[in-house]
Amino acid sequence: MRKAQLLQGNQACAMAAIDAGVRFYAGYPITPSTEIAEFMAENLPKVGGKFIQMEDEIAGMAAILGAALTGVKAITATSGPGFSLKQENIGFAAMTEIPCVIVNVQRLGPSTGGPTAPAQGDVMQARWGTHGDHPVIALSPASVLESYDITVQAINFSEKFRVPVIVLLDEVIGHMREKVILPSPEELTLIERKRTNLPPAEYKPYEADSTRIPAIADFGTGYRWHVTGLFHDENGNPSGKADTIHKQATRLLTKLDPYLEEITLYKSYCTEDADYLLISFGCTARSAAEAVDMARSKGYKVGLLQLQTIWPFPEQLVKEFCTGKKAVIVPELNAGQLRGEVQKVITNQTLSGVNKINGDLITPEEIVMKIKEVAGQC
Amino acid sequence: MLIDVENLMRSHRLPHIWCPGCGNGIIMKAILEGIRESNLDLDKTVIVSGIGCSSRATGYLNFDTIHTTHGRAIAFATGVKLAKPELNVFVITGDGDGAAIGGNHLIHAARRNIDLNVILFNNNIYGMTGGQYSPLTPHGKFATTSPYGNMERSFDICNLVQAAGATYVARGTAFHTKMLIDLIKNAISNKGFSFVEAVTMCPISYGRRNKMGNAPDMLKWQRDNAVNVKAAQKMEPEKLAGKIIIGELHKETAPEYTELYEQLIARFRKGAEGDGQ
Ligand SMILES: Cc1ncc(C[n+]2csc(CCOP(=O)(O)OP(=O)(O)O)c2C)c(N)n1
Ligand code: SF4
Repeated sequence: MRKAQLLQGNQACAMAAIDAGVRFYAGYPITPSTEIAEFMAENLPKVGGKFIQMEDEIAGMAAILGAALTGVKAITATSGPGFSLKQENIGFAAMTEIPCVIVNVQRLGPSTGGPTAPAQGDVMQARWGTHGDHPVIALSPASVLESYDITVQAINFSEKFRVPVIVLLDEVIGHMREKVILPSPEELTLIERKRTNLPPAEYKPYEADSTRIPAIADFGTGYRWHVTGLFHDENGNPSGKADTIHKQATRLLTKLDPYLEEITLYKSYCTEDADYLLISFGCTARSAAEAVDMARSKGYKVGLLQLQTIWPFPEQLVKEFCTGKKAVIVPELNAGQLRGEVQKVITNQTLSGVNKINGDLITPEEIVMKIKEVAGQC
Repeated sequence: MLIDVENLMRSHRLPHIWCPGCGNGIIMKAILEGIRESNLDLDKTVIVSGIGCSSRATGYLNFDTIHTTHGRAIAFATGVKLAKPELNVFVITGDGDGAAIGGNHLIHAARRNIDLNVILFNNNIYGMTGGQYSPLTPHGKFATTSPYGNMERSFDICNLVQAAGATYVARGTAFHTKMLIDLIKNAISNKGFSFVEAVTMCPISYGRRNKMGNAPDMLKWQRDNAVNVKAAQKMEPEKLAGKIIIGELHKETAPEYTELYEQLIARFRKGAEGDGQ
């Protein structure tokens, strides 16, 4: 363990990346994510890694994919508008199965919106920002320490599953300073992408075994394989044949299915005896935790499910936690993006939200008010 | 001659998708000749392309290859080269891919003088999408989206890239293949950002609409309208109007980006060793 430090969420995220073995960063500055780039620019060369400030976010995303193909762990960070620009290349990463991590420190939108105003409005963009059907992993921390842990997890998931992983920070967590005691790098469990051990002549870059994840060969090691965003066969050759497309599209879509439990990260608080369940994430989960205490002191049995994994949406987990509850409330800094997902999986509980899209935070009192209102109706 | 480059290709992927008479095959072969004659380590050579007819070349080339998103090949290649500077990195791009959607990446890679070899296939048109005008379609020429003649002025892409900081700039044609191979070889030996514009022909989407005849006619047009840069220096500007100047257009030395970065890393390594003593 390290000594106690006073750190920002953005710094903790960047430190985690380096501790988890990231050695390449390419990006373009945008508030409120810039501290991550600044940390990387200063510290990557010290550990033999590379930082480059590209000409825009599209280029930053492209460069990390090129770098990742040579075998390095690569990351980029951005915020709303920049995240939108990256989407085409995030889709390319999904299609070509290149491990990479994209940190999106959310700000108020749409458009340039509120550069320094907190928001959690990119839940849907993280899921549906690209075109076509493919799974994504998106994780969201609610504290500086979680910002560290979640980033390590994100890098591990991207390596293990060969998917782009999105870290959905928000402005509050990114900029807030907290006293934290980080693990030392040696204590971390790190995952490396599965590399092929076949001779080049036998290697098929997109042939997956029962794990559904194909083994990769680093560029420059003699395998001479082809990467394309077109639908492709097991050899990586582009194909327009319906059965080849179907086979690849289906494997891509179901690739994460056997791992859903492992990918689902969450925390719960006072849920066992609760009549009312709050479901929240990121900075709003902090207000929700406080609201649980306040409501309980007034006699309302409330619990909190804090989702750290947003995508794939943890349907099973949410279903289990909602079972037996009278009502479910989803506080979030958007107009109800997560609530819609909860709606899809719950059965007979009443569901409501606490929402704000004006750049202010949701206070514990506002959540308590909602709990009282819902309890009155139940 | 083909035998020489056959082992540089994924021959089992043939036939290629290009139209009969398309110049892309000639340029692709010139690139392979350039690589072969430069004795590059084939296992350490990466070729990156964008999207377009020309960019499909990477699918046929037996190296580590990436067929990226439209316009972004240079940005992908920058990541490859910076992450592993020992790799020889090539970019294959079209005039739309490289000069329109990818124009920003082109000028910034030139400015950084990062050691990439960029070969831009200039067929004056968007071939893959069926013949819309590109930033290199000459003023007045016809395309599906310039049915009354192109109202825009076109880039001299070599001037642009030179002004942006490229340390090697050259232009060749599909007709002058021997020269094109030499230019590509020179680009390879240059330590820094190298750019070769390869003038080629798209008889299907450009030639037909602009009444330039069939593929051999278009090659003859290249023969008759190309002027060597040395000859051009002695010619009156009015004589040069409408001509294409070919040859080595610019050469200089400047610090190369990945080398500078390696020096930065070495500085910290030294520091660490010093601390240990
Ligand atoms: C983001 C995006 N925009 C547009 C397209 C459609 N598109 C595909 S190729 C192309 C133009 C290619 O022209 P050029 O680079 O000159 O190559 P050529 O086909 O002539 O070799 C366009 C516009 C695309 N694939 N992606
Ligand atoms: S459309 Fe033009 S550039 Fe494309 S393959 Fe056909 S001839 Fe070549």
